Amino acid sequence: MSVRVIVEKCKGCSICVKSCPFSAIDMENKIAVIGDACTGCGVCVDECPFDAIEKTEDNVKKDLSEYKGVWVFAEQREGKLMPVVIELLGEAKKLAAEIGTDVSAVVCGDEVDALTHELFAYGADKVYQAVHPELKNYRTDAYTKVIEEAINQYKPEIILLGATHIGRDLGPCLAVRCDTGLTADCTKLEIDPDDKKIRQTRPAFGGNLMATIICPNHRPQMSTIRPGVMDKAEYVAGREGVAIRLDVNFKEDEIRTKIIKIVKEAGELASLTDAEFIVSGGLGLGNPEGFELLKKLADKLGGTIGSSRACVDSGWIDHSYQVGQTGTTVKPKIYFACGISGAIQHLAGMQSSDYIIAINKNENAPIFEVADYGIVGDLYEVIPAILEQL
Amino acid sequence: MKILVCVKQVPDTNEVKIDPVKGTLIREGVPSILNPDDANALEAALAIKDNDPNVKVSVLTMGPPQSCEMLRECLSMGADDAYLLSDRAFGGADTWSTSNTLAAGIRKIGDLDIIFAGRQAIDGDTAQVGPQTAQRLDIPVVTYVQQVQVIGNKVVVQRQMEDGYELIEVQTPCLLTAVKELNEPRFMSIYDIVDACGKEITVWGHEDIKLSPENCGLKASPTQVFRSFTPPTKGKGEMLNGTAGEMSKSLVSKLKGLHVI
Repeated sequence: MSVRVIVEKCKGCSICVKSCPFSAIDMENKIAVIGDACTGCGVCVDECPFDAIEKTEDNVKKDLSEYKGVWVFAEQREGKLMPVVIELLGEAKKLAAEIGTDVSAVVCGDEVDALTHELFAYGADKVYQAVHPELKNYRTDAYTKVIEEAINQYKPEIILLGATHIGRDLGPCLAVRCDTGLTADCTKLEIDPDDKKIRQTRPAFGGNLMATIICPNHRPQMSTIRPGVMDKAEYVAGREGVAIRLDVNFKEDEIRTKIIKIVKEAGELASLTDAEFIVSGGLGLGNPEGFELLKKLADKLGGTIGSSRACVDSGWIDHSYQVGQTGTTVKPKIYFACGISGAIQHLAGMQSSDYIIAINKNENAPIFEVADYGIVGDLYEVIPAILEQL
Repeated sequence: MKILVCVKQVPDTNEVKIDPVKGTLIREGVPSILNPDDANALEAALAIKDNDPNVKVSVLTMGPPQSCEMLRECLSMGADDAYLLSDRAFGGADTWSTSNTLAAGIRKIGDLDIIFAGRQAIDGDTAQVGPQTAQRLDIPVVTYVQQVQVIGNKVVVQRQMEDGYELIEVQTPCLLTAVKELNEPRFMSIYDIVDACGKEITVWGHEDIKLSPENCGLKASPTQVFRSFTPPTKGKGEMLNGTAGEMSKSLVSKLKGLHVI
């Protein structure tokens, strides 16, 4: 798909030049000219008051009908499924129902029988098992090889991976090996009702813009999905499915990295995505000790603390607490934003919380634009007052 | 030892604002910068060079001709030479196409021990181009690198995880993607700024790197942007009034009324 200026209709108003997020349009002799930086996003098509810009479809058609089924990468660490896997299965179920196909999970590890039953219970119709001592912990070369072979053999039409530090490493490698596209960090997936292809929506430009991406002529269609965004699959005890063992063989030196050790530091991350209550702090705290007050409120509610990027960059708190575009996406029942101004990158990670409460000294802070309840005041007075009321 | 750093010039997305009436991006006056993670990648390479004068550090980017400004900045930080892959045919590339083009450029540069890249660029946030370039070059990749140590022909790195890190040993040649925790990028030095003025930037088009226009840019991209739009905002709620005590009391009673606490 590409964007084209219809020269006869262009009036030279240059509205498209201003609207282009990628600075890809210039005026030459009072006619808009689309340059190299064009990504085909189509913003200018909608902006042009004279319908002088159009999107053209490419006419490449391949036989894609061999590819069937929705796959989920069942990421495990230390023999436990990552919470995002349950979310992927929930989403995969919905997509598969709309397409009229089934859901499979791919699990790699040294021992996967218990995980297989768990995956069946969460809705997988089939589980492809890759079992080998070398697959106990994730390593790029090993997992890429095994899953690439499975894709080539069984030909899924859609593959979903969690946008974790592992999924964001594996996904790109698989996409190149299988010669297909990958859309990163999706927050919404839809099936086109006409052609049953997937539409993948993701934030771009630091959350300033949402882009819906398609992968029309390559298979499988691949997405990594932000943890904490999709609804979890339902657990049905005793649900059964079909387990399929994959052939796994490694040659010597085929896996080119060696894990010397695994070191655990902050242990709170899982509780950030699962937390019902999050009390988050920004630079308005004034100092790192401010998080202690937030912790009191979080503890009282049975929740956890979070942070804006600015506090992480200032070294006040570990990055695993960061909420936002480059941190964790959260959707708790209540999100307290304390001394957080509300940069778009932060909003991108917490806007789907059920209730947002903003406490800030600056009444013009953008955070109030998304808050259900806004309190203009000193958080060091307001939070102790809230604690008294609880 | 030869090190290559892949860099990208990006709009500073922290400076991008939304027109409140039209709901469109305001990009006038938004500065172009060296992508932050790429600055960490370059710093990692320069730090290795600081300890060993035999190390040569090159920088590579794909982009329009104005990317030269950013490459000059990299030279002024201490890089030895710079390559720009620039061609109309490269435009509109997704990560599949970008990695294909970068890999072709890297093959032409040749004989590299370590390739650094930023984990992700702030305009796209995909984190895909690094690992995809490594796959095309058939070299090992470690992403999210927060510490690097070179030991002979091996590199030992810390790979950042959500809840800690993995200590990983990888053979060279390899590709490593840097996160901001890796280091604090240095400033340009006066000496290097003067020195950088005299350095040539090598510019290659698709023929120079033996890539057919069919295999780069928008044409070769499996993914396409179907549409883009500004994210819907949640909408402003209620501002509470009174003293800290009164507002807190009102808030807590409202939340109790909603049965959320």
